[in-house]
Amino acid sequence: MTALLFGIIHTWLVVGFAPLITGVVRLTKARLQGRRGATVLQPYRDLWRLLKKESVVADSASWMFRLAPYGIFVAVWLAATTMPTFTTYMILTPAADLIALVALLATARFFTALAGLDVGTAFGGLGASREMFVASIAEPAMLTVTFSLSLVAHTTSPAAIANFVLGGHVGLQVSFGLALGALVMVAIAENGRIPIDNPATHLELTMVHEAMVLEYSGRHLALLEAAGMTRLLLYMSVIVCLFFPWGLAGPESGPGGLLIGLFAWLGKVLVMAVGLGLFESLIAKMRVFRVADFLGGALLLALLATIFLYVAEAV
Amino acid sequence: MPTTQMAYDTAHLIGATVLMMGFALLYQRRVTAVIRTYSFQAMALAAAAAWQAYVQEAPHLYVTALIALVFKGVIVPLALTWLVKRLGMHRTVETALGIGPTMIAGVGLVALSIVLVLPVTAGATSMTRENLALAMSVLLLGLLMMITRRNAVTQVVGFMALENGLILAAVGARGMPFVVEISIAFSVLVAMILFGIFFFRIRERFDSLDLAYLETFRGERQ
Repeated sequence: MTALLFGIIHTWLVVGFAPLITGVVRLTKARLQGRRGATVLQPYRDLWRLLKKESVVADSASWMFRLAPYGIFVAVWLAATTMPTFTTYMILTPAADLIALVALLATARFFTALAGLDVGTAFGGLGASREMFVASIAEPAMLTVTFSLSLVAHTTSPAAIANFVLGGHVGLQVSFGLALGALVMVAIAENGRIPIDNPATHLELTMVHEAMVLEYSGRHLALLEAAGMTRLLLYMSVIVCLFFPWGLAGPESGPGGLLIGLFAWLGKVLVMAVGLGLFESLIAKMRVFRVADFLGGALLLALLATIFLYVAEAV
Repeated sequence: MPTTQMAYDTAHLIGATVLMMGFALLYQRRVTAVIRTYSFQAMALAAAAAWQAYVQEAPHLYVTALIALVFKGVIVPLALTWLVKRLGMHRTVETALGIGPTMIAGVGLVALSIVLVLPVTAGATSMTRENLALAMSVLLLGLLMMITRRNAVTQVVGFMALENGLILAAVGARGMPFVVEISIAFSVLVAMILFGIFFFRIRERFDSLDLAYLETFRGERQ
């Protein structure tokens, strides 16, 4: 019963905080660029404004175009509900593991690409093609990270991996460090952040994600934006849960433990949001053809993590 | 004295950092970035040597660490940067093989060195074995860099990275005489000076540092 309650709280927590995190990233970037920037609450207002607006759909659009935003949002939201944030004691946590997470996110990406292709504009097609190109390397890298983690912890469930890390069996493991590096690179690519894609523009020839959703407006666009924000928070939560789970509450923790878990998670995620803003300000966007090298690097790190695991076992 | 597990984990971590820098060398596309990465690798190497000095309680290894830090972490990169500026080189790295295939070959080499080192050193302690496997990988990556880069300066960085692998192997092995380490360190410095002279000579002759010209060169025809 409590698991159900925590599950419901968590479900709304993730969606509720996602715009705030995006707001923090934007504010950090604005401050570093010498602008005052909008408040961290601006993404909420943007979403509210979009929800109230009329949705304009192109004449050439099929039912796919209307359906896609809902499919994308549901897939990302579902993925987010299975990922422990403040407690591992949730009803949906045992239902899905990291591989299911990758699959859900891939489903969302598939719908995004279809929606980009559906209207038949040049930008949509270009964006869809590039998104698939990025995904074709990012996904194996993500899966390899999953495999190397599960080789250590003997499970693919994020909650169990978090408990394993909390149990102090890990120490200063090289493989964990390498897997963390790979996961961060994948997260950057999957969320369309600089240096892979620029999230702050609609007017660039090299845009990827924005190119696919260029035709959307009104509530459809609001759903897509919310899905994007939730995905960012989800990836941060994955990193926090797998690599820095300290403070995470378990089934036996009382209200104090839960509060600690909540604030620990929020604090870690906020630090990551500021860090992301800092990173994006320091680095320049890559040429599209270098993306393969970047993600190849992620895949390589994940592979090395696995290789080192075998070494540690053989020695 | 730290516990064995912690000594092992930290040595492993620092060694892996040196190896990562080896991969970063292959990944970089600008000559200045290559030199900077090399400097980081040398600093990681210095940390590895210092840690080994602490764990093995061998004070002379602190000297090795200091040499690595000062010469390879600071002086050689500065000298190389000066050379690059002086020679007015292209800032991009010219590769004989693309970055992606090079990285894949690099992973293959790491696997190869692990497969080679682990059975051979069956009697040694786990820390030494791991360290040797890592050092061997760094060495092979340095060789790979020398093979796949066309420009003389990047090839020299590859050579220096290879030598970092040697030092990493030397500091991990107990009882390596200090004289050997010192002489390696200084021979590298001498090599650096010789390379510097060679750069100027090569450029004087061919107006370029691309070694492809050397392949067809058959001496001065009278």
